[in-house]
Amino acid sequence: MRLGFFLRESMRAVRRNAAPSFAALATVLVTMLVLGVFIPIVQATNGAANSVRSRVLVDVYMKTGATSKDATRVRSELLAVPHVRSVEFVSKDQAYAEQSKRDPQAYALLASNPLPDTFHVIPDNPANVLAVHKSLTPPTASGVAGTIDPSIQSVSNKKNDTKKILEVTNLVTITAAVLTVLLILASILLIANTIRLSLYARRREVEVMKLVGATDWFIRWPFVIEGTIVGAVGALWRSGCWE
Amino acid sequence: MDRDQATRQRARPRQPVAPSAKAKRPSQPAQTAQPVIEFRGVSKHYSAGDVGLDQATFSIGREEFVFLVGATGSGKSTVMRLLIKEIEPSEGSIRVAGHELEQINRKKVPFYRRNIGVVFQDFKLLPNRTVYDNVAYALQVTGGTRREIRAKVPDILRLTGLSTKLHNYPDQLSGGEQQRVSIARAFVNHPPLLLADEPTGNLDPETSIDIMRLLYRINRTGTTVLVATHDQAMVDKMRRRVLELSRGRIVRDEATGLYARDESTREFAQRLRAPTTRPPGI
Repeated sequence: MRLGFFLRESMRAVRRNAAPSFAALATVLVTMLVLGVFIPIVQATNGAANSVRSRVLVDVYMKTGATSKDATRVRSELLAVPHVRSVEFVSKDQAYAEQSKRDPQAYALLASNPLPDTFHVIPDNPANVLAVHKSLTPPTASGVAGTIDPSIQSVSNKKNDTKKILEVTNLVTITAAVLTVLLILASILLIANTIRLSLYARRREVEVMKLVGATDWFIRWPFVIEGTIVGAVGALWRSGCWE
Repeated sequence: MDRDQATRQRARPRQPVAPSAKAKRPSQPAQTAQPVIEFRGVSKHYSAGDVGLDQATFSIGREEFVFLVGATGSGKSTVMRLLIKEIEPSEGSIRVAGHELEQINRKKVPFYRRNIGVVFQDFKLLPNRTVYDNVAYALQVTGGTRREIRAKVPDILRLTGLSTKLHNYPDQLSGGEQQRVSIARAFVNHPPLLLADEPTGNLDPETSIDIMRLLYRINRTGTTVLVATHDQAMVDKMRRRVLELSRGRIVRDEATGLYARDESTREFAQRLRAPTTRPPGI
């Protein structure tokens, strides 16, 4: 009985307030559409930025004569360096196979394998890559960058590239985040104001209901149901727009 | 009138002026009966330093018909708004049917209001509902069943002479008809107390008489009626108890000469239509 009454009341409200209901519906629809288009864009941008950043790593090249014992030792030394998440070993044979597959003619000319054993050092956070690089190349007395192990030949030096990648991806991520926050704030404000306006238009009605002794929830339920109906219609319409 | 006299009158509000008149009204409730409305030293100050009501003390007994008169801004509406607990008094206490209004918390206010019918100058009907639905709403609020509504609403609309207008919307009715709808809505629950704030303020004299007659008829079913008005001529003709407010103070509380006379609504209407004993507008 009660539920039926509230349903009838809200259907009456939807019918009798068709124009304001439509306005509210259109507002919600457009706002949601904009959010719905924008949020995937932000996610794609962030995904791209992150995949670029995940490619940021430090390569450590071993000396040509390094044994597998050396490799094991260096691996544990690298893992002990702060901010290192993982270490990936690529033996010279693996590297040769990979490279020769990419450029078979060039590698066919080579008699022997010129590639060294390599460690890909992956930092726990792309932002820490420079710190990792720094601790892998402690300065020696002569001022030249040294190594942390005698069997290490050299450490890749892509400082400038790394820096640029980090800066650009940071900028993209921050811009996207700020835009998202602004857009969500705007949506909330827009929808809240629409609701407030439609309530304001009916404040006299609410006042009269209170005068004849309607409880707060007796007044609210039809509004809530009306809002749900309008929202559901808006959602259906939106998914219609999507196709 | 001095304060003492006012106090005495308050203690025995239904004391008729002429002792013989009392005998003519056997339905008069016992003098000891609990008053329906009791104001004790009630003041209301609005934020801007305006005084809405200043130490008002009076009481109204059961089945009384009382006029609240006074110029605009004298505090009539303040009394009404205090009674429906739309505003709270700054000091003093108000009792309605024995309930201290101060002790009714916010959640209980709707239930309290169901015991009071209210009628306003601007009718306050729901514009998107028919006459029938407007009256039915007051019953739906109290959880009335559909059967109850179907039984009661046509009855009350017949009483108020609106049987032919059931399915009209308020904007299709005249002012007098709208006011009758609002009285029907106020009375459909048969509340013990009916408040009317300037019920004839927007109506022509002939329609006003109809409305007053309707209120009188409701009063005769045992409902206490309090009418705020500035229609002096109407008040003089009605000869009911008059409370006069001036700048928030009760300056007159008088049971007019023929106050206690028991008359039928027809006699009553005839008397109202008779030429005024003094020129209107004073």
